[in-house]
Amino acid sequence: MTTLSSLKPEDASKSFPVAANSPFSTIVKKGQTIRIVDSFGQQAVDTLFYNAEDTDERYSAHDTVAAQGAAYITTGSQILSNEGRLMLTVTADTVGYHDTSAGACSVESNTVRFGHHTRFMHACRENFVLEAGKYGMDKRDIVPNINFFMNVPIEPDGNLAIVDGLSEPGNYVELKAEMDVICLISNCPQVNNPCNGFNPTPVEILIWD
Amino acid sequence: MTAETESIDELKARYAALKETGQKEGEFEAKLAAAPAAPTAIPDDKILKQDVVPGGWYWTTDIKRGQTLRIVNTEATPGIALQIWNRHDPSERFNSADTIKVQWTARIGKGRVLLSDMGRAMMAVTEDTCGYHDCVAGHSTAITNEKNYGPGALRNSPTAIRNSRDNFRIAAAKLGLSKRDVHQSFCAFAPVVTGEEGKLQWREDALEPGAFIDLRAEMDLTVCLSNCPHPMAPGGLYEPRPVAVAVWDAGPVAPDDLCRNGTAEAVRAYENTDPLFD
Repeated sequence: MTTLSSLKPEDASKSFPVAANSPFSTIVKKGQTIRIVDSFGQQAVDTLFYNAEDTDERYSAHDTVAAQGAAYITTGSQILSNEGRLMLTVTADTVGYHDTSAGACSVESNTVRFGHHTRFMHACRENFVLEAGKYGMDKRDIVPNINFFMNVPIEPDGNLAIVDGLSEPGNYVELKAEMDVICLISNCPQVNNPCNGFNPTPVEILIWD
Repeated sequence: MTAETESIDELKARYAALKETGQKEGEFEAKLAAAPAAPTAIPDDKILKQDVVPGGWYWTTDIKRGQTLRIVNTEATPGIALQIWNRHDPSERFNSADTIKVQWTARIGKGRVLLSDMGRAMMAVTEDTCGYHDCVAGHSTAITNEKNYGPGALRNSPTAIRNSRDNFRIAAAKLGLSKRDVHQSFCAFAPVVTGEEGKLQWREDALEPGAFIDLRAEMDLTVCLSNCPHPMAPGGLYEPRPVAVAVWDAGPVAPDDLCRNGTAEAVRAYENTDPLFD
């Protein structure tokens, strides 16, 4: 369900550009709001959240989907941890559907999906593992994530596929932190499926107190 | 870096071709129909290990590459959950997202493979008489139990209500692993389907007593099964029923094996997996 935010970019306390193909992370404190802006449209932003006090507690797609009884993330979605606790709430979303079932790309899964020639192409899990290392985390901490702006309809017969993204330039999703979290992002570099319109582009992160 | 020099049109065309083949009605189904059926009763001399997992409890086993894990839902309990680790390196574990994305379907059943996070086949679904398993909603937790069965379900009471997440944390600890190693489960006998706006539904007619699934290990594994009802199981009463488990020898893998050859993606997963054993 799409909703606009009442927050103004000029009131943001922080803003970060995230280059195409790149990792990014930031702490979002309880009560702050983070907005992820798809500046150029059709750009998947793979995102994970961790309890800043204890990174054993992390985003859980299964907990989130089971609790809301629906597969897609949008306004009102409660972002839950593997403890079933509320980490963030989606407070605004100008797209309407974000995926959390298809996970991040990796060089390993790319070889299975697209062919062994993709073994040496950059992928989200490379970004995630590197960025997670800054917080003392490793590959075991990289779990299935949210793919903001990625469009993956799941049919009643189970068929699912990444299809053309719905987001227009400037579309955004906004979340309010309900606990201090580490937000880990990979600005997806994938060019073998439509998640980035076959053309990875920069995005922007804004934070309000 | 071959693909980076391809044009957007070439990349689009390749993806469209892969998607069309991956979701083509009939091709995979034809291979499925032609594949042999596993015996309903395992011959005694092929059983390596067997047990019964009571409702609410967990069961951990090692399983060697080539052996098959059979889970029989003798009384149609509403869902069981599985954790799957590479026995020699448990940082490699089942990845539910890769499994459904790579195979173009959330409906993982006979003929499909359960993929690890490292692009390898961990288990092959060599038989499945149920047809409905969940990779999207996941296993129960203390909070889903409280929501489903009410507060006050005491852990240590005579009628203790148990949940899969806690079961898996205990099982992981006994393996020298930690909470970080508890991953998104493959939930067998959990008929979750998506409808309008991605709303999840539980297909009540999909569970029959005696349905079973065979999962052939494609690498040496440690598997943990938790027999707690799926968070979406209807009814409001916590009444998990026992399941029968067996590790058995289903014989050598045929050259035209359904799972190894079912899809182009599976073929590549095995190309990633087989070198571990050369």
